[in-house]
Amino acid sequence: MDRTTTEWKISLNVRAGLLAVVILALLLGLWEGLNRAPILGGGAELSEYEMLLGGADETASVPPPSAIMVRAWEQLSDPFYDAGPNDKGIGIQLGYSLYRVLAGYVMAAAVAIPIGFLIGMSPLAYKALNPFIQVLRPISPLAWMPLALFIIRDAEASAIFVIFICSIWPMLLNTAFGVAGVRQDWVNVARTHELSSLKTAFKVILPAAAPTILTGMRISIGIAWLVIVAAEMLVGGTGIGYYVWNEWNNLDLTSVIFSILMIGIVGMLLDMSLAYVARFVSYAE
Amino acid sequence: MSHAFVEVQQAAKRFPGNTKDAPPLTVFENVSFQLQKGEFVCIIGHSGCGKSTIMNALAGLDQFSDGSMVMEGKEINGPGLERGVVFQNYSLLPWLTTLENVRFGVRARWKAWSEREVTEHSMKYLEMVGLKDVVDRKPSQLSGGMRQRVSIARAFATKPKLLLLDEPFGALDALTRGVIQDELVKIWTHDQQTVFMITHDVDEAILLADRIFLMTNGPEARIAEAVEIDLPRPRNRAEIIKHPNFYTIRNYLVDFLVNRSGDLRVQENEFKGMHYPPSINPVNLGAAVDAPTTPPEATPAAGHEEKLVKFTPKEIRHG
Repeated sequence: MDRTTTEWKISLNVRAGLLAVVILALLLGLWEGLNRAPILGGGAELSEYEMLLGGADETASVPPPSAIMVRAWEQLSDPFYDAGPNDKGIGIQLGYSLYRVLAGYVMAAAVAIPIGFLIGMSPLAYKALNPFIQVLRPISPLAWMPLALFIIRDAEASAIFVIFICSIWPMLLNTAFGVAGVRQDWVNVARTHELSSLKTAFKVILPAAAPTILTGMRISIGIAWLVIVAAEMLVGGTGIGYYVWNEWNNLDLTSVIFSILMIGIVGMLLDMSLAYVARFVSYAE
Repeated sequence: MSHAFVEVQQAAKRFPGNTKDAPPLTVFENVSFQLQKGEFVCIIGHSGCGKSTIMNALAGLDQFSDGSMVMEGKEINGPGLERGVVFQNYSLLPWLTTLENVRFGVRARWKAWSEREVTEHSMKYLEMVGLKDVVDRKPSQLSGGMRQRVSIARAFATKPKLLLLDEPFGALDALTRGVIQDELVKIWTHDQQTVFMITHDVDEAILLADRIFLMTNGPEARIAEAVEIDLPRPRNRAEIIKHPNFYTIRNYLVDFLVNRSGDLRVQENEFKGMHYPPSINPVNLGAAVDAPTTPPEATPAAGHEEKLVKFTPKEIRHG
């Protein structure tokens, strides 16, 4: 790589960064400008009706970015406070959601990767299990919720089950796909070196399929994080999904928008962490 | 009962026809040959004559439809570490470094060795092929020639009794090929393994081989002749072409490939029963070389007739 390319790359990154900042500033400015809080009184006495409304606009408006930033500062400066069931810090709520997502996700991985391996290795297993997968996969994970609640009889565990059932499919299918697609040459290398099936699986097939498996894991964690919000809205109690719904019931749109942002940021971090892991198992042919 | 190091007897490969009534496609039929210990044998033939199938069967990765393979008195029925394979497309594991790829083979061969012993042994072979400076690179960071060297180092490092090379230099440019051929000769001289190699390159075959098997064109291919190369060793690329017999041999081989490999196919096809390819020495053959239409006197190697043929037909199962 020569100097000029590097310089060009940096300048491209800088310019992209600048452009992103400009777009952000424009959007926030527009949003802020369209959402001016009503100018109180305008010098005149407030009518009784206006006093009842507390000086607010007649039509409620989306809170401006400045209000959200203030709320974000409040929340993030004390993320783990706990003042009763309906008043917990954003950190605690996100913690609950992350715990559920990770619990369901890890269980799904523990089931999906071995079964995916089996399906990828054995055409018999593939043909036998494929109909089940094809029927179960398109079911919205939330549709399982009533059944889960009835069978498990525990809201917390039902939420985890919903995460489990939604994150299992991408991992299962990608593992099967990756394992089935391992180049025969590499398997032949294992065979000519008299590797046992177990060693072949771990030393050749697993590393060969690892990038595809990791892709499945990334898709799964994304879906799990999408689903947890909805699941917690249904289940209630704790978690970021519950938090969003609770703040909506409180008509606190500032908090709603703030938590939406947090959901996005946490989801991005989850994806980035798996992308980071994927770098260690990727290889160029 | 005397046995050659490797014996292939009456091997055949057939594929079922496209439709139920269609006759099966016979790639090759009644192929028998022997390999002596320490011998370097090349096999040449046009594409589609089943060279690779023979090689894969010896490697244990494919099966003949008919016939048997015996190595040191034991039937070959599956891959094994006593047979090393160098594949045409290198078949290195791309997630491992050069050293790890060689270590992979060495570790599989000697499970009791310590990590240090495995590394030292692997390094020794990587040095032999001139790669000790790139041991930490992944295959994707190596040139084609370097990859094939890693593959050769991996195969030789496990010290197999029989080495199978499936057109190892087919994908390399002529210059690189020459260099690696020299390395192959060097490493082979060092270890004296039995080598069975597929090639399309007549010069390469003359440089490396003690005997060259010539295959007729498929379908229904056979090994027509086993040409003896008695040029003195050690051979090298620069000197060998000056040898008075070099072009006699070369012309004989080229003539076979160009003119006779097609004609011979139909002839003698009904020649059933166990027979090894006749041994030919083009240098002693003299005038016959200039008359391609007259097939040379077939002088079957004596002494194999009394051998019992163990005929084990195998069921054909494909895909």
